[in-house]
Amino acid sequence: MSPKRNKLNVFLKALPKNIFAGFVVSLIALPLGLGLAMASEAPPISGVIAAVIGGIIVSIFGGSNVTITGPGNGLVDVLLVAVTTLGLESAYAAIICSGIFLAVLGFLRLGKLADFFPSSAIQGMLAAIGLIILGKQFHIMLAHKIKRADTIDYLIEIPYTINDAIHYDKTGLIYAAAAGVLSLIIMVLYPKIRNKYLQLIPAPMWIVIFSIGFSYYFEFIAHQANPISSVYMISGIPEFKAIIAQLPTVNFSKAGTFPFWSSVLALTLIASIESLLSIKAVDKLDPEKRRSNVNLDLKALGLATIGSGFLGGLNVVTVIARSSVNVNNNATNRSSNFFHATFLVIFIVLFSTQLTRIPLPALMAILVYTGYKLASPSTIKRIFSIGKEQAIIFLVTLIITLKIGLISGILSGVIVTFLIHIIINKSASLFFRNVLKPNVLMYQEQDNGNYYVSIKHFCSFLNFYRLKEKLDAVPENRDVIIDFSLCEFVDHTVMENLNNYRDLFIKRDGNFDVIGLDLHNSDSKHPFALRRLLPVPGIIKSGRTKRQKTLEEIAKNFNLIYESKNEKNTHFLNKFYFFRIKVVNHIYNKLTAKNGSISIFDIEFSEGELIAKETIKTTMLFMTLEKTIPKFTLDREGFLEKLYGFASHKDIPIKEHSDFNKRFYLLGDNATAVKSLFNTEITHFFESNPYYHVESNGECLLVFNKERLASTKEVKALLDYGKRLKEVISK
Amino acid sequence: MPLKPFKTIGIGVTFSPNLKANIYEAARLSQMLNTRLVLVHVGDKSLEKESKFKAILKPFLENNLEVEIVFKSGDPVNVILSTAENKRIDLLILGALQRENFLKYYVGSIARQITRKAKCSILLLIKPSIERIPCQHIVVNGLKDPKTKETIAAAFYVANALDVNKITIVEEVSKNELDVKVEDDKSLRMANIVKERIKLRENARVKAIIEDIPETYTKDVKIKSQPIFGKKGYSIGHYAQIARADLLIMNSPSKMNFWDRLFPHDIEHILTELPTDVLIIQ
Repeated sequence: MSPKRNKLNVFLKALPKNIFAGFVVSLIALPLGLGLAMASEAPPISGVIAAVIGGIIVSIFGGSNVTITGPGNGLVDVLLVAVTTLGLESAYAAIICSGIFLAVLGFLRLGKLADFFPSSAIQGMLAAIGLIILGKQFHIMLAHKIKRADTIDYLIEIPYTINDAIHYDKTGLIYAAAAGVLSLIIMVLYPKIRNKYLQLIPAPMWIVIFSIGFSYYFEFIAHQANPISSVYMISGIPEFKAIIAQLPTVNFSKAGTFPFWSSVLALTLIASIESLLSIKAVDKLDPEKRRSNVNLDLKALGLATIGSGFLGGLNVVTVIARSSVNVNNNATNRSSNFFHATFLVIFIVLFSTQLTRIPLPALMAILVYTGYKLASPSTIKRIFSIGKEQAIIFLVTLIITLKIGLISGILSGVIVTFLIHIIINKSASLFFRNVLKPNVLMYQEQDNGNYYVSIKHFCSFLNFYRLKEKLDAVPENRDVIIDFSLCEFVDHTVMENLNNYRDLFIKRDGNFDVIGLDLHNSDSKHPFALRRLLPVPGIIKSGRTKRQKTLEEIAKNFNLIYESKNEKNTHFLNKFYFFRIKVVNHIYNKLTAKNGSISIFDIEFSEGELIAKETIKTTMLFMTLEKTIPKFTLDREGFLEKLYGFASHKDIPIKEHSDFNKRFYLLGDNATAVKSLFNTEITHFFESNPYYHVESNGECLLVFNKERLASTKEVKALLDYGKRLKEVISK
Repeated sequence: MPLKPFKTIGIGVTFSPNLKANIYEAARLSQMLNTRLVLVHVGDKSLEKESKFKAILKPFLENNLEVEIVFKSGDPVNVILSTAENKRIDLLILGALQRENFLKYYVGSIARQITRKAKCSILLLIKPSIERIPCQHIVVNGLKDPKTKETIAAAFYVANALDVNKITIVEEVSKNELDVKVEDDKSLRMANIVKERIKLRENARVKAIIEDIPETYTKDVKIKSQPIFGKKGYSIGHYAQIARADLLIMNSPSKMNFWDRLFPHDIEHILTELPTDVLIIQ
């Protein structure tokens, strides 16, 4: 079968799954689309139009696999500002312009734009958006429409609205508020109920079904008018024919004004950030471990937004909640996004009149819940647990976004982050001098094919894109080692992003290890806390690095004792030839067997003194033997001469093992004793295993191979090698 | 071809705490490379000064090292450059400065001007010492450049003179050469194929260069080649630092214009951040 046929076959086979996933997503997209549009004070149908256009265009032209596109939460606030200040017709013009900008971002390959914002600032902005949505819609949910100039006032007045709602006397309002509260209860309880059949339909759709059912009950069974006040019912859902026939007029006359362009800018910024963050998050969920082409997706989203604007729809972005529903329902490719759009069209064609039976408070309850999720206390608690400085960044961004606006909010977040970094390091020159330097080096180690990445100076949101660019060029099923030992400062944004990479690599059978951070200090115990290299190493550090935690885990699994503290008592090493001209500063991160016979540790030692001093950190294995053996040193050919640089030592040849003699360099004072130790079994062991530097001082063995710290995977390999070596030698 | 790139070594000397170490390094190098040594002092000649220099040089003079001391006052940059030309100096040694409190070295403004303008090879020393610290690992660039062949040959010459037994040749490949942008799985696969191809090509090129060098120079040296995809001039310094090289040998920069200095590249990166001793071959 030709590959093309084969592909088509796979596609057709997966089609039913994708149709079903698309159907389930459309169930959630319909109420969300209506709600988001109404929250932006745009016609309710505009949200559904955005979902339909987005679903069709992005599924055809996009570059991601299982994402769903449609109107986004983050844009509610910006759209609201656009609609209220510019008027609906000019707002459409602004949407179209932002679509063009979005596509331009895609063409300029600026998919990395979202990396330039500190993650705490983004969190603060998202929380602010959540609060804005929650603050505004809460009042409508309780059938208490109010209009205030300042977004904070909406939040402050929530208690008054609750008080008012308790004392309603009009039945119309009581029923409306009850619908809202009940819907909110459904939203809250739904995820807690694990029932196969119940979970088939998403919570928002249950709300729609209940409210429509309620309305039919009064019409056909009770024969009464719907008791919910008609002010609080959805209005203005046109028939499908009407949507096609009456395209909205788009008014570009305000294109010369400042508010217009500030809206366009805000729309573009938020749309791109929300989409990029969502795509990144969805890629992690993709069961087939594919990588999305973000730039292609941005182009498609831009195109979809332009189309949506002309047809009277809102901005199209990639949305995380709907995408995750999509993945959970076994979607495998972009066609599910297309079917989600198709089902939305079918709903509108068949049920547009039924939709007017949904009470507004019920719809807004969905949004209140979404808003709450964006600004949930657990998110805030998490930020606070990472560190005080992250809390400050978060709060500044949050408050300024609420008080002034999104653009000012995110900008202030960036500025505050940068200032805090300067204060923490007590140096601005560290950043100014080095920000433009290509401080990331990556190369493939020749002996084992691992990717080794070293970062110099500092690594923060300002220059993370360089590291990201390198990491993106590594297939996720490979081994990557990130070395921060030359880096003075690593910020939270980088730590969090690296953690995401780590998850991704591990999911795709790769390995991702961060080394060289153990000497950096952090204020909190959180793994994502920012880290600064201490000028004086050795001060007791709070907060363990991921590597230290993994070492602790390894200790548990292999029944070893783990000790992270610096240990100055290193005399047992002095007897080794290797340390003859070296000074051991301390050992740390030590893993010891219960009986003390074998231990692995990170070691810091220095060569030379004073100005010529060089400090080296590496990982070594040390074990004591039960019997005495001759002193010897063994390493790969050509390596030892470098280490010792003496011609007085001669390579000891082992008879009948030419391969061994060719590849290894064996030193020892007593050649005959060494020769007798290296019997066939031991020689074969060395021949068939990776190169390590092995040294015996008579009673103990020292094993290591790199002049840098070992990744946790390499630690395990070293441990295994040591154990087997001991077995062979003890025989 | 007989390899003897250096005949006269020059060093600028002033009365600084590093004086003795600087002179020792230069004299030792002259001995090992079997060259003449020229000390250039910017300032007036006096017997006192001359005897001081001679006193320091004493152990080397006893070993029959040919030394000349030049006194000349004027602008340090001009004096050193003109003396280098007059005395046919082909390797000029300059000292680097250390950033306070950090183990970071950079080239000061005078040395930097000399480096840019000099027509001879330059050796930048980061930590001169009176005792000899054995040099064990040399990193040399393997750029695709007409000068590279000579630079690599010089590296082997120096390695043999200094008893170095490991040379790593770093081929820096700039991003532009890799015209596949990684965007999704397909382009990633493409990019990796292209990278492999470039690596093979680069390794073959370097191998050809090494084969042209007389075998007496290459047979005792462990040769490794390491292709790196990164910024030219910067990544090799970074690599030298990680690989804990003792000497980094590079091509001299091609002609520079105003923009190159504004947006530093190639050698300029190294000058602001010396990873180790650097030898720039002219």
